[in-house]
Amino acid sequence: MQHGKYRFIVGFLALPLLIYGVFVVSPFVQAFQISLTDWSGLIGTARFVGFDNFARLWDSDEFWNALRHNVYMLALVPVVTLALGLFFAFMLNVGGRRRRGEVVAGVAGSQFYKFVFFFPQVISITIIAVIWFNIYNPDPDDGMLNSLLGTVGLDGLQNAWLGEKSLALWCISAVMVWGHVGFYVVLFSAAMASVPRDIYEAALLDGANRFHTFFRITLPLLWDTVQTGWVYMGIIALDAFALVQIMSVNMGGPDGATDVMPLRLYLTAFRDSQYGYAAAMGVAMLIVTMTFAVLTLRFARRERIEY
Amino acid sequence: MTTEEIEKVDGPADGVPRPAGTTTVTGTLGPTRGRSSEGGALNVFSHGILVLWALMVGVPLLWVLWSSFKDSNGILTDPWGLPTVLHWENWSNAWNDANMGQYFVNTAIVVGGSVVGTMVLGSMAAYVLARFTFPGNRLIYYLFVAGMSFPVFMLVIPLFFVLRDFPGSSLLATYHGLILVYIAYSLPFTVFFMTAFFRTLPTSVAEAAMIDGASHTRTFFQVMLPMAKPGLISIGIFNFLGQWNQYLLPMVLNQQEDKYVLTQGLAMIALQQGYENDWGALMAGMMIAMLPVLVVYSVFQRQVQAGLTAGALK
Repeated sequence: MQHGKYRFIVGFLALPLLIYGVFVVSPFVQAFQISLTDWSGLIGTARFVGFDNFARLWDSDEFWNALRHNVYMLALVPVVTLALGLFFAFMLNVGGRRRRGEVVAGVAGSQFYKFVFFFPQVISITIIAVIWFNIYNPDPDDGMLNSLLGTVGLDGLQNAWLGEKSLALWCISAVMVWGHVGFYVVLFSAAMASVPRDIYEAALLDGANRFHTFFRITLPLLWDTVQTGWVYMGIIALDAFALVQIMSVNMGGPDGATDVMPLRLYLTAFRDSQYGYAAAMGVAMLIVTMTFAVLTLRFARRERIEY
Repeated sequence: MTTEEIEKVDGPADGVPRPAGTTTVTGTLGPTRGRSSEGGALNVFSHGILVLWALMVGVPLLWVLWSSFKDSNGILTDPWGLPTVLHWENWSNAWNDANMGQYFVNTAIVVGGSVVGTMVLGSMAAYVLARFTFPGNRLIYYLFVAGMSFPVFMLVIPLFFVLRDFPGSSLLATYHGLILVYIAYSLPFTVFFMTAFFRTLPTSVAEAAMIDGASHTRTFFQVMLPMAKPGLISIGIFNFLGQWNQYLLPMVLNQQEDKYVLTQGLAMIALQQGYENDWGALMAGMMIAMLPVLVVYSVFQRQVQAGLTAGALK
């Protein structure tokens, strides 16, 4: 049985490891290396500059501006997305009329709702960006949102949306929420389905209403999933590249109002050819992402409930 | 107190209305009374909100569909109107003039190659890591799994140069270059998922095959891989969707127009719209890019939802 075992192991692992090493692990290591140089992309011209790029980054108003927008999104988008996801999942699983033999039940057609809600998750972010670009079109007749507001007599709410400096970032954040709620509805539904029915039964017997049931039973039992979802959604909020690149006025505009870190990195590297400086942005993004993930997991930890 | 007993006293759960006063309500069950009316009100409320969200998600997508049959003028002057005449030429314009046909073929080649490659290489690595003990097993496993937490943004700059300066010839804007990169970036989750899956499969069948004289390789391809089919389907769909919709990697590594994938082509057309104004073709192009995904999602709804959320439940 042992004959040829190691040859087999090496044979099966060699190619996957090679591809993974060349295209994922080595870029990871090189990112740190490049961030310490003034590389402009031509072979042999990279000069070691120590932490100069990071010092420059620290003094860059542009980068702080972009980082600030990411932090706004990080504070808002996960809260709204997860809250809506939990709310819908609870309705779908517990909010329905009770039928024979069931203490808690989902609303009728919950499969259908999950099917529709999940849709944005499977289509390309490019398509989502193009669709919402048209919804936010500022023209009162061409723009879907503006023409809808006009039709129902809310002309006063018509706006330039993406062209309006104070609104543009929130318009893009809203698209992020729109695109991801369905994922969390399905995720939380799966988690809710594994909560034993007799816990709900006992709560109902004790006279708990749906409000209490949600905050005293469902949420505590789902806390682990909520926490993971939070980290996931936070990482998505720290990205926002495709949405901003396609939807925003002049990539990151108007007047820098929607600029985000990944867009800054992309333009610095592939438009301005300042690869060393852009790589430093990448390292800074890694630090921001890791800090966020560690803080979330640290502060959101609660005693695990076994059931 | 069993469920049936609750139902017996708590109103007409069986659908047969009973005259008031005929239900035996005991003191301890007091609070459960009246909940069916609360449930009714809540039901209307919850349905209302659910329908509203379904419209918010569904209408923009349907809008793309019906706009793909309208002329540019109709899309712009009456964005909400249904098409009066079906402008099928939008689809052929998108396919031919806007090059969506070429982008579709590019995407199909790259995604086809990388999905197959990811499945074969990913399950080979996962099988070895799940079923064999050897020095370094854990280290290699964690090396793969760690890749799930590397932010792709940080990697794109060095990755660009890895491809540009690849020994032999540059891999930028080539099918095989993109395929290799897609495989590499899909391996972390694939190895993670398939390792867990192979651990759940019974060992007895593989052992029987070995006793009958099958080699390790033969056992893997003819016994274990067929047994792992449900896992392969889930992870295959997961990779298909992710790679079909990939945007950042091709943006950076594939900057040559005749090699564009659909997402790049669409972004380019959308960004140019201000000048060229063939909105109907853009909408048809979006439908062309979405159709394969819509078909896969509609057919494998459950697997897609389970596969995509599996990562978050780990």
